[in-house]
Amino acid sequence: MQSSHSNRLLGVLDYGMGNLHSVRRAWETTGAKVQLLNDPSEVDRHDALIFPGQGAIVDTMQLLKARGWDHFIREWIQADKPFFGICLGMQALFEFSEEGDTPGLGIFPGRIRRFSFDPASRLKIPHMGWNPVNFGKPTPLATAGVDGSAFYFVHSYYCEPTDPSLIWGETTYGPLSFCSAIARGRVYATQFHPEKSQAKGLALYKGFVDSL
Amino acid sequence: MLSVRIIPCLDVDAGRVVKGVKFQDLRDAGDPVDVAKAYQDQGADELVFLDITASSDARETIKDIVEATASQCFMPLTVGGGIRTVENIRDLLNAGADKVSLNTAALNNPNLIAEASGKFGNQCIVVAIDAKRDPERGGWRVYTHGGRKPTDWDAIDWARKAVELGAGEILLTSMDADGTKAGYDVELTRTLSDAVEVPVIASGGAGNLDHLVDVLKRGHASAVLAASIFHFGDYTVPEAKQYLAKHGIPVRL
Repeated sequence: MQSSHSNRLLGVLDYGMGNLHSVRRAWETTGAKVQLLNDPSEVDRHDALIFPGQGAIVDTMQLLKARGWDHFIREWIQADKPFFGICLGMQALFEFSEEGDTPGLGIFPGRIRRFSFDPASRLKIPHMGWNPVNFGKPTPLATAGVDGSAFYFVHSYYCEPTDPSLIWGETTYGPLSFCSAIARGRVYATQFHPEKSQAKGLALYKGFVDSL
Repeated sequence: MLSVRIIPCLDVDAGRVVKGVKFQDLRDAGDPVDVAKAYQDQGADELVFLDITASSDARETIKDIVEATASQCFMPLTVGGGIRTVENIRDLLNAGADKVSLNTAALNNPNLIAEASGKFGNQCIVVAIDAKRDPERGGWRVYTHGGRKPTDWDAIDWARKAVELGAGEILLTSMDADGTKAGYDVELTRTLSDAVEVPVIASGGAGNLDHLVDVLKRGHASAVLAASIFHFGDYTVPEAKQYLAKHGIPVRL
């Protein structure tokens, strides 16, 4: 394991969905260099792509397509190049979202569903706040130091992968255990926000950069 | 299991924390960034900056503070106070705020909630409600301008309307309880929380840790906002969380 990652270069997709300040700063704490990328032509010798997401998936998909990111992400992931998706950057990888009945990038089979609970349960939507993640699958990204720790979530929709082997982390909300992180090869994505999850979140990002 | 959230609130006036924060080992208790870092170290679950700057000249400073804080604190940050337009909201989100809290402007122009949540997502739009018991009409009446001006709105009706328009969370302050240190208005909090799908942050009246237990258990709040009990060092955030845990409330320790 390297102590410094100053030779690593991460590219953060900046497709116009808003502020990337926290994401950028959080990844910089790993020691890696971080660049914001407006469109795929700016991808050069980047060691990994970071795909942050927030807001509505309909807008996200439109913006991705407008800049040609949709094809680029598909090819990048299919080539098993290092990738980290966050929140909507996880949801958009699937086939279909119930949010606005929106087709996603279709890289992974499965759909994005809205939370739905018995009103008597008084479970709130969005699922907002800190909730533990159990990382059940061994990956090159070491999770020993963060397994079972709470991370920060804010979302009303969750991923339901068709292939259970894709599931990296799981989280319980009320009666539901849902997929809160996925991993395949060198591709990772989380429903929660590591960049808002204090030391544990930064440790997860560090683990990703260590694994490169 | 999802934890309840403990959220310290800092009043910021022209770039300085007011209502003094008294922590040991804090270099500058008036510097919002230093105070935010101290609360991050304590394990606060989120932070709220309430900008109470009266002078319009100094209003820009909150953006610089948000930017500096977001560079050093990797936790959710909400900013409220004086936000009037979609542009104000965009500026604060671009500076690094995760959520903005709307109060008077949302009551003056409820469509601001719809417009902002449509643009930036429900998750970053908090509607703050200042409510006071109304003995004549029954229920609780909504006030604006920091509690100075009564509106026609009933608090429960306004909360429902705000959520319908796209609020992702409600920050509920009981004006009767605020500043009394005699406990939150549990009945108000429970009635409102049970009426809406989104999380409700209870605010106003915390004087001791039993008050937190009460509003979380009986008041059905998802989170508690507190200022003085933490700022003045009566309790630390970890002490509060341990106390809640002892009472069977899920917390992040």
